[in-house]
Amino acid sequence: MVFGGPAGTGFRPRRARTAVACLTLLLAVAIAMFMTYDLKGSLDYALELRGRKVLGMALVGFAVAYSSVLFHTATHNRILTPSLMGFDSLYVLIQTLAAYFLGTAAFLQIDVRLRFGFEVLAMLGFAALLYRWLIGRGERDVYVLVLVGVILGTMFTSLTELVMRMIDPNEFTRLQDRLFANFSTVNQDLLVISAVCVALVTALSWPLFGRLDVVALGREQATNLGVDHERLVSRALLIVAILVSVSTALVGPVAFLGLLVANLSYQLTGTFRHRYTVPVAGLLGMVALIGGQFVLQEFLNFQTRLSIIISFAGGIYFIFLLYREANR
Amino acid sequence: MIEIENVTRRYGTTTVVDGVSLSIPVGGVTALVGANGAGKSTLLSIIGRILRPDAGTVRVDGLDVAATPGATLARRLSILRQENQVAVRITVRELVEFGRFPHSGGRLTREDVAHVNRAIEYLQLEPYADRPLDRLSGGQRQLAFIAMVLCQDTGYMLLDEPLNNLDMRHSAQTMGLIRQMAQDLGKTIIVVIHDINFAACHADRIVAMKDGRIVADGAPREIVTPETIKAVFGIDVPVHEVDGRPLAMYFA
Ligand SMILES: Nc1ncnc2c1ncn2[C@@H]1O[C@H](COP(=O)(O)OP(=O)(O)OP(=O)(O)O)[C@@H](O)[C@H]1O
Ligand SMILES: [Mg+2]
Repeated sequence: MVFGGPAGTGFRPRRARTAVACLTLLLAVAIAMFMTYDLKGSLDYALELRGRKVLGMALVGFAVAYSSVLFHTATHNRILTPSLMGFDSLYVLIQTLAAYFLGTAAFLQIDVRLRFGFEVLAMLGFAALLYRWLIGRGERDVYVLVLVGVILGTMFTSLTELVMRMIDPNEFTRLQDRLFANFSTVNQDLLVISAVCVALVTALSWPLFGRLDVVALGREQATNLGVDHERLVSRALLIVAILVSVSTALVGPVAFLGLLVANLSYQLTGTFRHRYTVPVAGLLGMVALIGGQFVLQEFLNFQTRLSIIISFAGGIYFIFLLYREANR
Repeated sequence: MIEIENVTRRYGTTTVVDGVSLSIPVGGVTALVGANGAGKSTLLSIIGRILRPDAGTVRVDGLDVAATPGATLARRLSILRQENQVAVRITVRELVEFGRFPHSGGRLTREDVAHVNRAIEYLQLEPYADRPLDRLSGGQRQLAFIAMVLCQDTGYMLLDEPLNNLDMRHSAQTMGLIRQMAQDLGKTIIVVIHDINFAACHADRIVAMKDGRIVADGAPREIVTPETIKAVFGIDVPVHEVDGRPLAMYFA
């Protein structure tokens, strides 16, 4: 029995600790392989290029995983993810609108930092509006929030389709390129800004894990135990909004990755304690992106996009989860 | 002391708790009785600040429950709800440990562990302490939730039908435990209970509700009478004296 550990003498964290250790090792191997495999030409240049990619993927993998776990806790469900709240489709809509009004070329010529800031702000604004509007009213039913998110997502997608119909075919091809996650061309400045954002948000939210565990027990139980359920849920959703906005603006949507790694994390750790599920999900996200990208570029010669594979695998897993829920 | 002043709660146009005022001094067991839908759980939830009243205030030790920080209240007041389920997979011991959260914020001290072990022992949960809740019977699960509230170790305890799903032996033991805590530890306990005889046997005071109002309030001997039972539940029940206690024969 360990004193001063997490409230969990009944819960044995050994399994979760093993998962953290194994995944850390796996991540180290994946990074080492990615960085050193088949290095050619100028060593400095190649390493810097690859290092940037690795950092980008690690950031996105972690941010997506962390935000999905938080979203699951805040909404008391494990099947929906932030992308189902309309985030991904808003990103696509912003890109499409920009392409329509400015032309892709012009839009891409705007200072990347400015563009990034604009994208993040637009998505954060959307989230803030949504939460303020829904959470700001008496009974704060999070299912309504999700439902509205789904409806807005569908609306954004329809709007996008409408605008796409009116777009010049050349622009359309260039636009499509921006609508899938792209890890090969991450801008260095953005990388630094995003890294700072994610690190800051993570550091600020780590101390909430104990209270978030209580939130996972449900609103009434949390209230009885003295945890302000509504405040924590709003905070968790704010963190989700920041993480998702940053990662989407950085590389584009990676739908289903969060769902995949969060649920794998619950299965691997066998617990709902955030101090275990968040690190394991984060590690899984990083391993999936870095390892996946490595296999893709070294052995499959970029025959396909990583995000497409993730969407495919995640989609199948999503159906599996739905099937399992339905049979409970 | 719990002071309830003019508490009202409506759902749409129906008023389910209707201007209830009640004062409960420190120490002792108060039984809250009444027909299904009388508003007992609603009132208890309002006292336990799980539900907001539309009007009125509840003060516990002078603290307005609607305005006092949740963490402060959680060390003074605990509530066991009528329906308990958690969405996540959790073992009995883990659940009971959460009862210490208001005191230690998730990091168990030696004292917390002692509380947890005592609660598990009191409710005889040792055999299933490490089993997930979803692999227990209904009564075993109920005992686990009672253990958690016990572990919270607050001066005021609100228990909504703690005998749900419990067999004869566990019901009697649980009521015995409740009375013992009031007597030996000076706790103030409000318990919603359907069996009027359990109430008569273990409570110091019985408060009866009907249609959202308090219609009777007094010592068991004053409440468990054919007239009052008729007024509260609308049935004719003979009451006999057994071993110096009133016993309502409502079975037939
Ligand atoms: N969410 C709700 N919406 C509408 N009406 C409700 C809601 N919750 C409870 N009620 C109504 O409020 C009344 C009081 O309910 P409450 O749960 O307080 O009854 P109770 O005395 O605890 O009954 P029981 O003995 O069956 O537990 C009931 O008539 C019920 O139908
Ligand atoms: Mg009830």
